[in-house]
Amino acid sequence: MSATTTAIPGQGGPGQGALGREGGAARLTWALADSWTMTRRELAHWARQPVAVLVNLAFPVMLLLMFTYLVGGGRGVQGDPTEFLVPGMLALTMAFGLESTMLAVTQDLNKGVIDRFRSLPMVPGAVLVGRSAADMLQSTAALAVMAGVGYAVGWRWHNGAAAALGAVGLLLLLRFAMLWVGIQLAMVAGRPELVSAVQILVWPVGFLSNVFATPATMPGWLGAVVEWNPMSATATAVRELFGNPGGATGSWAAEHAQLLAVLWPVAIIAVFFPLTVRKFARLSR
Amino acid sequence: MAGNVTDAIVLDGVHKRYGEKRALDGLDLTVGAGTVHAVLGPNGAGKTTAVRIMSTLLRPDAGRVTVAGLDVRERASDVRRRIGLLGQHAAVDEQLGGRQNLEMFGRLYHLGARRAGSRADELLERFGLADTGRKAVKQYSGGMRRRLDLAASLITEPDVLFLDEPTTGLDPRGRAEVWGAVRSLVGGGTTVLLTTQYLEEADQLADRISLIDDGRAAAEGTSDQLKALVGGDRIDVVLRDASRLAEAAALLGSPGSLLDPDRRLISAPAPDRMAALTGAVRALQEAGIEAEDIAVRRPTLDEVFLSLTGRPGGGEPVGEQAVRETKAAA
Repeated sequence: MSATTTAIPGQGGPGQGALGREGGAARLTWALADSWTMTRRELAHWARQPVAVLVNLAFPVMLLLMFTYLVGGGRGVQGDPTEFLVPGMLALTMAFGLESTMLAVTQDLNKGVIDRFRSLPMVPGAVLVGRSAADMLQSTAALAVMAGVGYAVGWRWHNGAAAALGAVGLLLLLRFAMLWVGIQLAMVAGRPELVSAVQILVWPVGFLSNVFATPATMPGWLGAVVEWNPMSATATAVRELFGNPGGATGSWAAEHAQLLAVLWPVAIIAVFFPLTVRKFARLSR
Repeated sequence: MAGNVTDAIVLDGVHKRYGEKRALDGLDLTVGAGTVHAVLGPNGAGKTTAVRIMSTLLRPDAGRVTVAGLDVRERASDVRRRIGLLGQHAAVDEQLGGRQNLEMFGRLYHLGARRAGSRADELLERFGLADTGRKAVKQYSGGMRRRLDLAASLITEPDVLFLDEPTTGLDPRGRAEVWGAVRSLVGGGTTVLLTTQYLEEADQLADRISLIDDGRAAAEGTSDQLKALVGGDRIDVVLRDASRLAEAAALLGSPGSLLDPDRRLISAPAPDRMAALTGAVRALQEAGIEAEDIAVRRPTLDEVFLSLTGRPGGGEPVGEQAVRETKAAA
């Protein structure tokens, strides 16, 4: 601890002196330490359940293989359907991360362990930081696995490493936005049954995008809905950055996909991050 | 620690409502440092709300709450350094091992990595979990889980420990395990506040008991003081023939008798134990009423509860609910 630590008069018993009110620098140190402890907790969960981790990684891979070989995704695209499908599936995997975040937070809330955390003198936000760090790590691993499998089935990027990294950045930005939606939904809904409802509802939302097919093949009004889906913006932008066929439709949303792929997630974060932090602080109301 | 603070917990006119429902309606409570205090009440009386307020998880709408001499609203994070909480749900991470849990909580109490580890080992040893420390908590029995939860509440040797219905949902063996663990804390200077629906639990563990009902304190005192509130000892007479209950009750003669036709039972106040016993035996013999059993006993906390609130306390066998006050006997 530092010189900024001040004991509370008459209250500092043995072993508690170091826990007095901290100054700014010490608070930041504890915030980092607590966040790391909470991230370690999630990593320990993975170590305890390697099978669950593998299943989570395998599920999007299975979807990718299914849509490539069985369902014939990428229909009506000018160019290689696999090259169209893989970036779309990457975007879908990021968006579906919403479920795993919601599930994990719901489980914590229902088990009472959150109450324990809240009754400890830890930095309260560390719970949220630990959750986001773990989910972002998991999603990065999922992206790597998906890209590897995509490579094996013939997907390539054509615009160099910088553009490819930009694409990965946009994908993770979408995931980060979904993270806060997931935490907020878990805190508002808070019951395991509702997690199942969301796990079902993500599918129509997932299909109402250009992940599997280009809006050019859809009725006009449906194509418009699809193009304004945030997931579609990310999918189109990522296709452009990887140099994959994008199923161009010439619409404003398609022409400005990279801008939208930044604006949509940022707007979602701008709404849900403060809501979530507020809701978390208000668990005491 | 907290040497000159004589009252570890003080609640003064605490109100809390959820929408239209008043959970706490002016609750007053004082708990002396180093004592075990039970808060006893039926489901929905406000016990859990009170604990959540005292342990900084919930803000009161009105009233003052101090724990270890600190105002819970103004000094929440200082309060958190001095309390341990055992909530109604096991507040441990079920996917992690027992030791991993304790070490994690130790780090979050800012003990530092090494001290958190050694403290985890001490506590596992103390609560008989050393052999199972590596196992995932979801494989623990209910009693083991509760003991781990208790160990997690004691990482910093708190000044005040809150136990919210610590044995609800445990089998008798798990309950005995937890009672043993709570008793071992007493004398270490820790103030323990426990809530319970089980009258026996309050009787067994607590120095003083507060009965709460509808978010207010209905009575407070030692177990004996509370029992004295319903008029001291009682005599229970079980008849062979239920149809003669009213007749027998009239012979026993004291107002405030309770009749339970299902159990063929009369329960009457017995201000003088011996006189009540000999008097009852003689009177019943003379009237030719056969008794199966006659006994003089202390009143139960359930009777205290019944007389103070007009309703039976929770968590006890249903039989008590059949007890009805009789006017005919008076």
